[in-house]
Amino acid sequence: MRLAAGALALGLGSGLTASSALADMLDVEKDELKFGFIKLTDMAPLAIAYEKGYFEDEGLYVTIEAQANWKVLLDRVITGELDGAHMLAGQPLAATIGFGTKAHIITPFSMDLNGNGITVSNEVWEMMKPNIPVGDDGKLVHPIKADALKPVIAKFKSEGKPFNMGMVFPVSTHNYELRYWLASGGINPGYYSATDISGQIQADALLSVTPPPQMPATLEAGTIHGYCVGEPWNQQAVFKGIGVPVITDYEIWKNNPEKVFGITAEFAEKYPNTTLALTKALIRAAKWLDENDNANRMEAVEILSKSEYVGADPEVIANSMTGTFEYEKGDKREVPDFNVFYRYYATYPYYSDAVWYLSQMRRWGQIAEAKDDAWFKEAAAKVYRPDIYLKAARMLVDEGNAAEEDFPWDSDGYREPTSDFIDGIPYDGRKPNDYLTKLPIGLKGQQTIDGTSIVGG
Amino acid sequence: MTTATDFDGDMAAREMQRGARERWFARINRSALYLNVIGLGWLVPLMKMAAGDNPRAQLKELWQQLVIPLIGIIAFIALWATFAPTVKTSLGAIPGPVAVWGETVNLYHDHVAEREKAAAFYDRQEARNAKLEASGKADSVKWRDYTGKPTYLDQIITSLKTVAVGFIIATIIAVPVGIFCGLSRSVSGALNPLIQIFKPVSPLAWLPIVTMIVSAVYADVSDALPKSLVISAVTVTLCSLWPTLINTSLGVASIDKDLMNVSRVLQLPTWKTITKLVLPSSLPLIFTGLRLSLGVGWMVLIAAEMLAQNPGLGKFVWDEFQNGSSSSLAKIIVAVLTIGIIGFLLDRLMYALQTAFTYSANR
Repeated sequence: MRLAAGALALGLGSGLTASSALADMLDVEKDELKFGFIKLTDMAPLAIAYEKGYFEDEGLYVTIEAQANWKVLLDRVITGELDGAHMLAGQPLAATIGFGTKAHIITPFSMDLNGNGITVSNEVWEMMKPNIPVGDDGKLVHPIKADALKPVIAKFKSEGKPFNMGMVFPVSTHNYELRYWLASGGINPGYYSATDISGQIQADALLSVTPPPQMPATLEAGTIHGYCVGEPWNQQAVFKGIGVPVITDYEIWKNNPEKVFGITAEFAEKYPNTTLALTKALIRAAKWLDENDNANRMEAVEILSKSEYVGADPEVIANSMTGTFEYEKGDKREVPDFNVFYRYYATYPYYSDAVWYLSQMRRWGQIAEAKDDAWFKEAAAKVYRPDIYLKAARMLVDEGNAAEEDFPWDSDGYREPTSDFIDGIPYDGRKPNDYLTKLPIGLKGQQTIDGTSIVGG
Repeated sequence: MTTATDFDGDMAAREMQRGARERWFARINRSALYLNVIGLGWLVPLMKMAAGDNPRAQLKELWQQLVIPLIGIIAFIALWATFAPTVKTSLGAIPGPVAVWGETVNLYHDHVAEREKAAAFYDRQEARNAKLEASGKADSVKWRDYTGKPTYLDQIITSLKTVAVGFIIATIIAVPVGIFCGLSRSVSGALNPLIQIFKPVSPLAWLPIVTMIVSAVYADVSDALPKSLVISAVTVTLCSLWPTLINTSLGVASIDKDLMNVSRVLQLPTWKTITKLVLPSSLPLIFTGLRLSLGVGWMVLIAAEMLAQNPGLGKFVWDEFQNGSSSSLAKIIVAVLTIGIIGFLLDRLMYALQTAFTYSANR
């Protein structure tokens, strides 16, 4: 039956209506679904799965709705107003271990790799520029390290002014990436403690929450001096002439995991077929986005620029979605992997990715007490669900909608240890505590925050 | 003799003509009331001129009622067109009237395009269901609503629905409570401090509380009344019930004491007193309160929708602000004008109801 359906699918191709899979469509328990997202280009798999009819192919009638900020989005998934959402990788993890809010959320699908950048205001950029080495071609040497920012912060401090930076959510990828970059340049981004969740204990740079689409406006208003956010809000700053992106997350950690698609564990349990069906649709969308060497990206840009999705001008979105990134105005460089949706097993929910986020939560005190390596492994396995993912992938391969070699069938969920970080510190997802001890700034071992100082360890 | 008859006939004809004209004028004067209500009062002098009234007096009237407001509008548009392009924002210059009109047309085209997409969606669904039926799986046939985005027109309708729900709840609460406040000094004394404290609270402050309470209480969500709509509507209620309440109690309290005494002498039951006496004589003030309430409600709604991201015009404005595309500012201005015009029309509607339901001179 399945083989026949697969052959049929191959024969008919998959157009918009693509009812090829119809004969074998999953018997979904819930077919009217509402998904939330934040206006960022990395929500693309959702928009594509909708616009290209992949959801409909799976028998799902999906409504996609923009949310005001990450907190509203998470709360709505927890209360069931949304069936699922484009989420920060840290959100399901933090919710499941009970930091910020307590709810068991899982992810069967990782949405993309890379896609963020750090932008500073023009004023800060002018102060940073003299500290950045110039290459033989007369251009500034990239990646730009936080070392160049250090004297600027020192100057702010000596004048008694706070150095404020924006990130999008306390457990966001952006918070950890910004912290990673700052710390790699010897700048302390501050700690969280059980009693003080502002994350500014001992901080040189004061990080606070601003919703992604408001970043440029907040920077323009002078409330923050820089921010870390996903696209298109870094390129928007370039277009508006209000700030300069100094580094992309690809340069901080090559091919780092980004957003995930989150649903509650209860949803996955109650509607297993629906969960499989939506995972299938999302995998197909991701595949479409990277197909034929990003050939579909311009079409994706047109779709994303519609007001119901990201809504920014196509040229702003295209700047980063089509393999380039514009730093200082006019300094456009090739970054072919700026945003990856399918290559390098991008959609597979690796435990090691989850562990990295958990390690950063521990590093900055969001996880107040020391945890052993087994705890990290267990927490990751509670949230990241490669089992669901592979089941969906198997069905797609059988139907002829994906290739066998697109998926890491034999993976144990851990990527190979890597040292593709800006500071070159190697990371092995199996040994998070070992990794923590190697990071110069951050909690390690038995250390905890007491009041405003680090104790123990 | 014949001359006399002729003269009589002339007189009669002229008399008849005058009668006809008078009837015309009476008709025009009567319709003037309604035309004024819907904001078309400037038609009256035109009609009177057509019916043969002194053009001089009517032209003056027309000048006052039509030309001067038109001059105001034209001057505003001219100032807007001149100065808007000189303000450079980070999203480009502020759009002028032409750009805004262009965006209005775009929004309409969007609406049409979205409807076409919806039709295509239903076609696909039909094809799928036909196929299912053909393959003998009739039991898995499903009919689902279109899942696309709400268009600008949809957002307007959502907002109108929300304000209507909020306003109706507010009226249902405010009028009876206002009547009791007006009738009894003790009730009024007890409620007054609460009214004074809650009246100035902003919708943005109510919203978090309302969101939590509605989420906790409203468990069985029906499709016709989604939770987000209820939350916006209740917020509107909380902010807009005060003018009605205060005006109602004021209206009731200022009823002629003699009238109340008569009811006491006749020993009218309370219900009769309220329906036959209190309500009719306080209606003008109740309506004034309702008009104010509706105005406040409409204003508050946009803020509530913006903050809670509940569907409607407020969400539209916020989404566009967040989009930050080159057409965003123009779209927001379209929304602002729409909000203003709808607010005006709602006020006129209430005014019309007031005219229809009250007979006192206190219009």
